[in-house]
Amino acid sequence: MASLNVRAALLSVSFLVLALGLWEMATQPPEADAAMTEYERLMGGADQESRVPPPSEVIKLAWAELSNPFYDAGANDKGIGIQLAYSVYRVLTGYLAAMAVALPIGFLIGMSPLMYKALNPYIQVLRPISPLAWMPLALFIIQDSDASAIFVIFICSIWPMLLNTAFGVANVREDWVNVARTHELSPVKTALTVILPAAAPTILTGMRISIGIAWLVIVAAEMLVGGTGIGYYVWNEWNNLDLASVIFSILMIGVVGMLLDLALGKAQKLVEYKE
Amino acid sequence: MTKSFLEVDGLSKVYPDGLGGELTVFEDIRFALEKGEFVCIVGHSGCGKSTILNVLAGLDEASAGNVVMNGKEVKGPGLERGVVFQNYSLLPWKTALNNIVFAVQARWPKWSKEKVKEHSERYLKMVGLDHALNRKPSQLSGGMRQRVSIARAFATQPELLLLDEPFGALDALTRGVIQDELVKIWEETRQTVFMITHDVDEAILLSDRIFLMSNGPNARIAESVKVDIPHPRARATIFQNPAYHKTRDYLVDFLVNRSGSALPEKDGSPKVAEPAKGVAQPEPATAQSETESETAARAVNA
Repeated sequence: MASLNVRAALLSVSFLVLALGLWEMATQPPEADAAMTEYERLMGGADQESRVPPPSEVIKLAWAELSNPFYDAGANDKGIGIQLAYSVYRVLTGYLAAMAVALPIGFLIGMSPLMYKALNPYIQVLRPISPLAWMPLALFIIQDSDASAIFVIFICSIWPMLLNTAFGVANVREDWVNVARTHELSPVKTALTVILPAAAPTILTGMRISIGIAWLVIVAAEMLVGGTGIGYYVWNEWNNLDLASVIFSILMIGVVGMLLDLALGKAQKLVEYKE
Repeated sequence: MTKSFLEVDGLSKVYPDGLGGELTVFEDIRFALEKGEFVCIVGHSGCGKSTILNVLAGLDEASAGNVVMNGKEVKGPGLERGVVFQNYSLLPWKTALNNIVFAVQARWPKWSKEKVKEHSERYLKMVGLDHALNRKPSQLSGGMRQRVSIARAFATQPELLLLDEPFGALDALTRGVIQDELVKIWEETRQTVFMITHDVDEAILLSDRIFLMSNGPNARIAESVKVDIPHPRARATIFQNPAYHKTRDYLVDFLVNRSGSALPEKDGSPKVAEPAKGVAQPEPATAQSETESETAARAVNA
């Protein structure tokens, strides 16, 4: 009996083959039963009816794109690697800025019930706002589309990190805090050597949720601001009616999102501890 | 009157009872500890033993009264008072060794890394854990964790060691083994120890004196029972001493029959009881052997 992993992998592959096969069959162009008309010949033999491209076409395109991901042939024709790099850059910039704000404030709220009560109403009002709703205001104030996209990432990354940090810090076991107290640690030392490691798994969970949300939001943000990035790329290919490229870029969004999550998952493993 | 090393004067703790009134858990707690003494406090649940210990540790505040150690009032926690908690309170992300290094570094911030490590390893060795230096608490059994916790407390060489039912969560066999280890370490270091326990045998094995608390609310330390059994003691042989049985009977009688109504002396200090007074000792008289061992300890320290 093969191991569970091998069997799961076999099953995964057969699902993939089945799904691609069905997709391929459902999207075959109709047989040309008559010779092309003059008009059809002028149109390069294009069908009157537009159809979803079959997977074979998508794979062909993916191969071509991935074998040269960083070409740059002008504003509207950049390689998928360049577009993804723009998006990742924006996500990471906004995300790091959010970290720099959310972690200290989360610590403060977690350690001080007074600050928690004082700031909680604002957090509860600001948190449910769709990050894209900030976009017009950001564009008006910042006057720069790139920075506005980063700002939107910043604002959407903040909340899970902030709340998880506050929750993790507030729920550090009292015994451990007492250990710090009986050893006369200064508040700063207590925060760094006891509370931070104790709350780190919860904080990392918040950071992992944030990076997921940031990656969801960047696509929409770039569709709005345009210019560069994977969101813009998807929208641009839609305007070009190049559905194979749209499907290909959807897949790439998924792959990069998975990698970002994987990286945070690894970091989470590093700070985890068993009681 | 000469000042004792630790003086507890008129301590009481009052909580709101949830019905608009107040509940006095314990009141007018008075006692004194001398340097090098091992004192256990025994009483039924709810008499506030842990709160008294937490007040001594500085982790809790009393509603009235004060604690003076070495002529200074105790306010807040401090490194001169070490605490061993019932649930070990080890930092789970640190290895056994680093849990102790953490404490030693806090105690002597100016020590070099090597010195801190060497000192920490010595104390882990004392509790027989030199093979488990690099294991995390989750990889240690309950008994081993409590050993690390005891090593951590002893390693910082506090002037007063507070043990809050350190063996309460351990099985009987493990408890016995660690009790013997604690006896051994204490004979070596002669720390002043104040310990909470529910276990009468444990109290007799370890202490010079045993405080008996009456039941809460309004609990008091009613009696201070002298344990007339010479050091060094061992769990395996202590049963052979007739003083052991006298003392044990006295303690059990108090806990079963008298803890509800017992009161301290009129001035609030515990009544002194010596249940084993005059019982023939297999070894030299207690008072003498104690002075001897104290002199010996002083000679070692000098």
